[in-house]
Amino acid sequence: MTATVENVANALELEHVESHLHPEPSYDLAAHPVPSGLEEIWRFTPLKRLRGLFDGAASDAHLSWENDLPEGVTLGELSTEEAKALSVSAPFDRLGALAVANAGGAVLLDIPANAELDRPVRLTMRGDAADTLVWGHVVIRVGAHAKATVLVDHVGSATYDAFTQVVVGDGAKLDLVSLNDWEDDAVHAEQINLRAGRDSEVRVFEFSLGGDLVRTSLNVDYAGPGGSVDLLGVYFADAGQHIEHRQFVDHTAPKTRSNVEYKGALQGQDAHTVWIGNVLIRKVAEGIETFEQNDNLVLTDGAKADSVPNLEIETGDIAGAGHASTTGRFDDQHLFYLQSRGIEETEARRLVVHGFFNDIIRRIGVEDLQERLISAIEDELATVVGRLES
Amino acid sequence: MSTLEIKNLHVSVETDDGAKEILRGVDLTIKSGEVHAIMGPNGSGKSTLAYSIAGHPKYTVTDGEVLLDGENILELTVDERARAGLFLAMQYPVEVPGVSVANFLRTAKTAIDGEAPKLRTWVKDVNSALERVTLDPTFAQRSVNEGFSGGEKKRHEIAQLELLNPKFAVLDETDSGLDIDALRVVSEGVNRYTSQGDRGLLLITHYTRILQYIQPDYVHVFVAGKLAESGGRELAEQLESEGYDKYVKAAAAL
Repeated sequence: MTATVENVANALELEHVESHLHPEPSYDLAAHPVPSGLEEIWRFTPLKRLRGLFDGAASDAHLSWENDLPEGVTLGELSTEEAKALSVSAPFDRLGALAVANAGGAVLLDIPANAELDRPVRLTMRGDAADTLVWGHVVIRVGAHAKATVLVDHVGSATYDAFTQVVVGDGAKLDLVSLNDWEDDAVHAEQINLRAGRDSEVRVFEFSLGGDLVRTSLNVDYAGPGGSVDLLGVYFADAGQHIEHRQFVDHTAPKTRSNVEYKGALQGQDAHTVWIGNVLIRKVAEGIETFEQNDNLVLTDGAKADSVPNLEIETGDIAGAGHASTTGRFDDQHLFYLQSRGIEETEARRLVVHGFFNDIIRRIGVEDLQERLISAIEDELATVVGRLES
Repeated sequence: MSTLEIKNLHVSVETDDGAKEILRGVDLTIKSGEVHAIMGPNGSGKSTLAYSIAGHPKYTVTDGEVLLDGENILELTVDERARAGLFLAMQYPVEVPGVSVANFLRTAKTAIDGEAPKLRTWVKDVNSALERVTLDPTFAQRSVNEGFSGGEKKRHEIAQLELLNPKFAVLDETDSGLDIDALRVVSEGVNRYTSQGDRGLLLITHYTRILQYIQPDYVHVFVAGKLAESGGRELAEQLESEGYDKYVKAAAAL
């Protein structure tokens, strides 16, 4: 009951902020018309390569799930109506609304209050073929003061559109890792909407390596003061791949913190990556801290990285706010220093790229996953930079 | 017994106004076991000499050669020069984010020796090399030079000098910006290296201060892109009392 009262109070307090950067959230499909491609939120996305997702054709197909659940963690189901009633933002775009409308209910991962998991929750979602259309609706609910790591692994191939709701309770600690390790022909669109509880600590990692097109939109707001959210990403685009990561952090409560760091490498003809980092600091959000950073390493000609940080500020009382974006080739100084110690150019480039990504990867703290990511990057690098002879 | 010969070396850099010549015919021969100090005012081209020997892409050699035991190293890549036995301790060591000192040192040692160092002794070797320059062994886990103070970066260079143990080392103003304790630590590391007896050292410096700790066999005055005078230790003392004025004026009069 208390929670409801607080939410209403919160909602009343928040003023409407009109902006082309973030449309109004709604479950109503009519509120999200089919885009022309010129809209701010769609202008970087090659809509034709979404394989008709906007048609919203019905499909009963699912990804096959393999689950490893620590004790106390359950997988269940929620009706669409129950999921909509959760305290977390409605979809910001048509793909999110379509996923809810077509999935026919949500899978609920429930981590009870006060649970301290002794190992990560592992969900492996596998698609069987690129032309299989799958609508997904997932709810991850982390109870108050629980402490959990959740790994979501996307493999195989599919044309997959998902809406994921993450509700993080007061004082909870969540590490959510989403790994997009698809086959080359997969299409994956996903909207992840997360509400961080009072004094919660959340880290979301996104790793996008495979797929023909991957477009994720990660939207965060705060249920109360003191919440801290890190959004961390690593992506590696090869020839022809489109990898797009969008974040919208809506500072809806005072004394909240957000930190966004995405790092990407690109190689090959028409490799395209997009990073859009939007942060809104509302009038009510006094004393908040935010920083967003995107770095891109362009390894070959013919690849293109778009990188756009946006900061909207409605209050004058901010502890810290900033953003940075870099896109460049190898730093000659790095290579010179390493080579001057006898290290061959190929090996020096490998070290620099590893170092670039390692900065994020080492923070996951799940060893087998870190090793898998490092070796995946090794494989990506082998095609252009050359493989280490050892 | 090895020899590093610099013969009539001319080097230029690209500027907005076209190519600018920095080195104007440098001749210098260093043999194993010798310590040479090159001293000169700011802007005389001392660092250009160091970077040109190491092969930095910013510098274009327009004439002359640098021979290591008769082989012209100017035809080699930067890493090939290092594997041939050259080492450059840099004035501003580069930060390489995400690459640990341990990984960097092992990769460099493997490249220089042509085989991976023995695991059993290597960690011990690294730790004691760091300790000798008063760097805590935890530095091995940090990213290369990232967040190091100026003095820590220079001491890290000297730890590398000892671990990689090249035939010839060029120290580019390693002494600049060091307090007296750090200067002593760095000098002791350099003296351990030269005391092997069969290593050559080219010490580039702006100040005579470091020469109280490292005894040069030869001192060269470097002005306007070439050697203006060469002599023994007494030349350093003369520079200490008289400065570079007369050399700078003489060069300007040409």
